[in-house]
Formats: sequence, structure tokens, C-alpha cells
Amino acid sequence: MKTAPRTALRRYSRHLLIPEVGLEGQNRLLAARILVVGAGGLGSPVLQYLAAAGVGRIGIVDDDEVDETNLQRQVVYADDDVGRSKAVAAADRLRAMNPSVAVDAFPLRFDATNARELVRAYDVVVDGTDNFGSRYLINDACRLEGKPDVFGSIFRFDGQISVFAADGPCYRCLFPEAPPEGAVPTCAEGGVLGVLAGMVGTWQANEALKLVLGIGSPLVGRLALLDALQARVREFDVLRDSMCALCGDHPAISDVAPEPPRGTVAPRSDVPEIAAAQLDTFLDEHPQARVLDVREPHEAVLGTLPRTLAVPASVFEERLHELDSATPYVVACRVGAKSRWAAQRLWDAGFRRVHHLEGGLLAYAANAAAFDVF
Amino acid sequence: MAANISVRVLAFARVRELLGCAEWTLQLPPGATVADAWEALAERAEPLRALASSTRLAQNGRIVDGGAPLHDGDEVALLPPVGGG
Repeated sequence: MKTAPRTALRRYSRHLLIPEVGLEGQNRLLAARILVVGAGGLGSPVLQYLAAAGVGRIGIVDDDEVDETNLQRQVVYADDDVGRSKAVAAADRLRAMNPSVAVDAFPLRFDATNARELVRAYDVVVDGTDNFGSRYLINDACRLEGKPDVFGSIFRFDGQISVFAADGPCYRCLFPEAPPEGAVPTCAEGGVLGVLAGMVGTWQANEALKLVLGIGSPLVGRLALLDALQARVREFDVLRDSMCALCGDHPAISDVAPEPPRGTVAPRSDVPEIAAAQLDTFLDEHPQARVLDVREPHEAVLGTLPRTLAVPASVFEERLHELDSATPYVVACRVGAKSRWAAQRLWDAGFRRVHHLEGGLLAYAANAAAFDVF
Repeated sequence: MAANISVRVLAFARVRELLGCAEWTLQLPPGATVADAWEALAERAEPLRALASSTRLAQNGRIVDGGAPLHDGDEVALLPPVGGG
């Protein structure tokens, strides 16, 4: 076991003073290997607290680059990291924080081709990803490799935290089925309170450190729900599901799934797409056409196209009767998820002149200097 | 005829947004199940149906199958998956 030189122990003195940690616990941390998948809002606090705690080896998997909109919550990055690889920039930051930590930067997509190999090299895995496909993949790889999966997930003001370990249920026992695409907005679509990522991420870091130290009661078999708006935490018991496809009595899954990841459902779409670059031409050629903007009013403070009819997705059902199936509509929202649902809803209601703006108004704004959305 | 049972419903995340409120008290016929409580709410907020197969239901703090029978005074929680990070 890797142990701290006596001179380095001063750094961890506040850990050594806790009876539950002490020198033995600190030496466990120094010898531990933790993999963090996703270096975003959740990964940022997780990575920093693990490095500060002296975890011996930390792996960071993220194929994304730092974007300006990340900085509101992804506190491991500084302003001048924008455009850099997240895995590389976060690794640099951790090495600066604590040079004794070995940091492995993996600037690649965590997918079925590498999931088990990556997970196998570490003792504990922390899930800081932002999509259901990756969450099922982490869960499956962890269970198949016998590693605990420290799960955290956020949306707006709501956080979910649990630990999926060999002696308890897995993510598939808790949520056997992912929601249809578009039914649950992502942070990019629906927004997220920046500090909630910190609250949930630090909770995950705490669970990961407890697993290494072998102290306390891990959040196994329990789902914690954090409501940051009401300042409430609730806990629900989760039992192992004997019908679980992964860890049930007759499992159907024996290996990680190739792309597309299990648990995601391809959106059903009959509606023709219009590329953002073709929108102006389409509107010129169809003088009767209207842009049907399904953003919520608070999202639509910037960037309204001419000939727009605003029908927010939240009241779409009630206002469906206001729409005319003879009018060509181009259904649009910010990134194209809510609008795809709304366009399909119109199609199902018999509208055959409906089109969908691919990539949403963000994609349109990328090529239109005078048009801006956020 | 037996009296209706009263059930307190707690909604979280996307389900709370679609319902427009965090707590609800439902009157259900005797013999109603956890799934019946969901159905009663989905009738008031149709967009909930898109989340029917992914949302888990808890009864008095424990996640259960939809067929679990309800009793007067039970608390039902609607727990949709949350994906962001």
C-alpha cells in the first residue's frame, strides 16, 4: 500500500485527527484509485475534493471541450480554459491543487468499446455524466466488473444520489427504463442551478471517500432526493429487482451494449426536418409559413424570428386547437428537443404541412449574425 | 359501500413541473393501487403519460410496483429519472 512520507502528513492532518479516518484511513485514500466519468457540473466538485483528500490515482473521462456556458457551475475550470479539452484542463487543475495525486486524463467518449477496461483499472467509479445512455453504460460496466457506481444526477433544483454496489440494487433496478428522448429535459435544454451541481457532486465525493475508507453507511439501496428550492432531502428505499435485466435472477445483459446505448429510445419522428441553413429559403418560398416557437416565455427573451407564433410547449396541448393544419409550420425551440415532440404531436393530430427546425434556434443563430439566442 | 381512501401524493422534478404542484391529496376508491394513483393524476395532466414507463412510484418511502395496494393515509411519491450532470 502506498503510504505518505511523514513530511507529507501535515497536509492531511485534519483527516488524521478524525478517529474514523486517522493514519490508516489516510493511507487507504493515498492508495485508492477512483474514476470520474464526466467532468462537468458534478465532476467538478467530485474531482477537486478527491484530489484535496489525497486520493492516490484519479481518472477523468470526458470527450467534451470547455464551453463558456459551462463556467456557471463547472468550477474546476477557469475562464481561460474555454476551448480546451475538459479531461486535460481538469487534470492540470488537479495536479496544481495536489501534485502528489496521479491523474489520468482520458479525453475520449466513455463507450461500450472502452467502458469495462476503464472501470477495471479503478476501485470506485463516480457517475458525473449528463445523459441516460452513459448512466446505463456506467452502471452495467461497474456491475460486470464488480466496482461500486456512485450515482448523482441533477435537473434545475432537483438532485438524485445513490450508490450502486454489489450488495444492493443497480441503476436498472431503480430505473429499468429510460424516458423517451425529449420527455425529460437535459441541463442544456431546461437549465440547472449551478450550486445544485456542487451540492450533489460533494455528496457523491463523500460517498466515494466513505467507500474507500469503509466507514459509515453507504447510500446503498437508498435513493436520496435533494430539493434545493425547498431545502429538503428525502430518502427512498430501493430493493434489488429480481426481474432486473442486469442483476436479476435471470439477467438478459451479460456485456456492455454497443452504440446506441441501452436505455435510450430513439425519438419517433415522421416530421420532415429543415436544416438551420435552409430556414430563410424555406420561409421565402412559403409566404404562408409560420415559425411555431414552442420555447417557454422565459427562454424566448432573446431571438424571435419574423412570422413567429409563440405556443410554449407547457401549454401546447391546451392551445392545439388554435393551430391550423392548412398553414405550413416550422416548429422550433432552443435546441430542438421540445420542438421535435411538438412537431410529432401535430403530425399525429393530422397536420401534414408541419416541418421541424433541426438543431433549434441555437443552430440558426450560429449562421445568422443579426440573430442571437442564449 | 366502503368509504374512499385519501392518499397524499408527492411529485418530484419533471413530474412536479408537469403537475404544476409538489403535493396533492387524492381520493381513491377502496382497493385502489399505486398505479391507480398515477392514472388519476395523468388524467389531469396528459403530458405525464410520456413519463409513465420511466417514472418510479414509492409508497411510504419505499419504491414499489404499480400493483401495490393503497391504504388510507398512504404517501405516494412520483420519482421520474433525472439525467443532468
